[in-house]
Amino acid sequence: MEFDAFVLARMQFAANITFHILFPSISIGLAWVLFYFRARFTLSGDRAWEYAYYFWVKVFALTFAMGVVSGITMSFQFGTNWPGFMERAGNVAGPLLGYEVLTAFFLEASFLGIMLFGKDRVSNRMHLIASFLVAFGTLLSAFWILSLNSWMQTPSGFSMENGRVMVDSWWAVIFNPSFPYRFIHMTLASFLTTAFLITGVSAWRRRKKVDGPATWNVMKTGIVIAAVLAPVQILVGDIHGLNTLEHQPAKIAAMEAIWETEKGASFTVFGLPDEESRETRFALKIPYAASWILTHELDGEVRGLSEFVDHPPVGWVFWSFRVMLAVGSLMLLVSWWAAWHVWRDRAPGPALLWALSWMTFSGWVAVVAGWYVTEIGRQPWVVDGVLRTADVVADHASATLTGTLLGYVALYVFLLMAYIGALRYLASKPAASLVIKQQPIVSQQQGTEGAH
Amino acid sequence: MEFWLPIIYVAIMGLALLIYVVLDGYDLGVGLLLPAADEWEKDIMIASIGPFWDANETWIVLGVGVLLIAFPMAHGAILTALYIPVTLMLMGLILRGVAFDLRVKAGDHRKQLWNRAFFLGSLVAAVSQGWMLGAYVTGLRGDLTSHLFALLIGLTLPAFYLLLGSTWLLMKTEGALFDKALRWARWSVLPTGLGLLAVSVATPIASGAIAAKWFTLPNFIGLLPIPVSCLVLYAGIVWLLRRDNWLREGYSWVIFVAIVLICLMASLGLAYSIYPDIIIGEMTIWEASASVSSLLFTLVGIVITLPAILFYTIYVYRVFRGKATELSYD
Repeated sequence: MEFDAFVLARMQFAANITFHILFPSISIGLAWVLFYFRARFTLSGDRAWEYAYYFWVKVFALTFAMGVVSGITMSFQFGTNWPGFMERAGNVAGPLLGYEVLTAFFLEASFLGIMLFGKDRVSNRMHLIASFLVAFGTLLSAFWILSLNSWMQTPSGFSMENGRVMVDSWWAVIFNPSFPYRFIHMTLASFLTTAFLITGVSAWRRRKKVDGPATWNVMKTGIVIAAVLAPVQILVGDIHGLNTLEHQPAKIAAMEAIWETEKGASFTVFGLPDEESRETRFALKIPYAASWILTHELDGEVRGLSEFVDHPPVGWVFWSFRVMLAVGSLMLLVSWWAAWHVWRDRAPGPALLWALSWMTFSGWVAVVAGWYVTEIGRQPWVVDGVLRTADVVADHASATLTGTLLGYVALYVFLLMAYIGALRYLASKPAASLVIKQQPIVSQQQGTEGAH
Repeated sequence: MEFWLPIIYVAIMGLALLIYVVLDGYDLGVGLLLPAADEWEKDIMIASIGPFWDANETWIVLGVGVLLIAFPMAHGAILTALYIPVTLMLMGLILRGVAFDLRVKAGDHRKQLWNRAFFLGSLVAAVSQGWMLGAYVTGLRGDLTSHLFALLIGLTLPAFYLLLGSTWLLMKTEGALFDKALRWARWSVLPTGLGLLAVSVATPIASGAIAAKWFTLPNFIGLLPIPVSCLVLYAGIVWLLRRDNWLREGYSWVIFVAIVLICLMASLGLAYSIYPDIIIGEMTIWEASASVSSLLFTLVGIVITLPAILFYTIYVYRVFRGKATELSYD
């Protein structure tokens, strides 16, 4: 691959969006989990739920801040690196992004302050409402941005005038063909990421013997979410795949590395797709499986890559897809293994705790791999069939792009280490619940004046 | 519609950016003051901006968002030309934003590191914003005059943020920290004044288009209230900063309001100087504008949500009114 300005600009965007998506994929799910903890405390008065809330709200604040600052970068990068996209598709992209800012960003950012620092300044009910509004804001945000992303995958409701996109129907733009599937798939992904995060950290705390009464509550919540949603996600993923087959068959052909159109196509479990010789080397195949998965018929016809003039780079899409499938399957296995313990009301053994703590960031791997499938799978288009990525890139010097790319990557690696380090540090502190439990509520409030 | 919509949008964009400069200005200013405070004061200072910074920063997203929504043709051109300062500003904002959390969550042994990151991020963001403004006002030419002008604003804006930040601290702190904040405010008022004066003198020199607008009759007389009111407000600020007792009684908000008014006047002057262009001498707001259908669709949302946003922003400020106490996540 030649590192020209175009490739560098794409790498920069990929670096930014890869880093960015890590945090929303936690904060969407975690916001609702926090609301659940807060509501459980309000309803039952059980302090364990409150401690769970105050532990995880710290993680949420950190995650949210990382998401905000990396998200601002994205909003500027549309202009700095991809001006052609806004010039030509701005009539769609602008309003959708605008609605995200107006309906979601301000809501989340404003009520987050109350959620984090306001418990002594507002009523319990208002605090609960603030937690709800923040959670609701994260979903709204996902709604708008995924609507735009889906429109770029399956554009509808527009016509072209002088090379610019003109909207004919906002309804058709927002609820474009792939949007409902992508929205549900991503929301579930966020809940699964969160479930494995909170379960993993709790398992780790238990292994390090710094857990408290809240830890098991958190773990159970995470396990139940994961065990219920993992199979649902697999089903939704399958339906999403069928939608992609209908609208972006080239992406599916790349995901499965099917070079020629065939009936009764087999599913390649492993292999090295080679675009030059147009074959998959060392392929390990399950006969008829691809046809069955995609058409739900053993001898269904699947269109091959040779049918498409433009198709995405096969290796990346093929492998990202397999990584996502593998992590998803692992999530199903581990969550059901853990759920069996919850069902039987048994304490998890060392092996399970070990497995769960190793799965802490499994959601990240699956989410990033999944986005690579869908985003790289859209190439060479930025808006499928309408605008080519190469036609919208800004004309910057390669040296400038290399410099800023290195800067961003260094910053992101550093921040990711800091994030995980902070999480580890917070998790390794003995459970606050054990320490504060004996104190009456009043002294805690007075304590905020001088306490460090 | 085709005539009015771009005007409405440019006004909304200006408003969002003005609110951004004031709101994120005071918290970036507090970040710039951080090295001058001792450990305990640092905690209070950051606590005074903790509940607000996130929403403050959202105003720049709205500002650049409106640029993108309403003027997609200019959005790309402006941000491409400002690529380096924008990138630096983003890195600064990233560093500052995460430092908020990491300085208290990454462990005590790392606190020093994150305090420095907080300061550094605030400084880089403030200077780059000045640089961006300077480059924008000179029409994104990229020649020596415009670089010098950008440098001048790049130095003036942080000074201005220092004044805003220390005034914010006058409102939000008490005791020894209040005394320090007063010293900081008195110290930063002179560079701010000199900077603003220099920028006012340099603007018509750096931009012929603006000079032509300023120094013709009757424009000149019409514009006169702007520098005059700024001078009066500035003199008022200098005078009020000497009235210790009065400030201690809780009237420091008057200074804050005066600074905001200077900011408003400067924005009006700027708006007048640029209008009706979106890129000076290159592109008018009508040439850069998105389609009427897209503008109307978003305007409906703005009309509904902007009052709501202002309402709950004020609500949040009311919830956290009064002197800042140390914030605790527990």
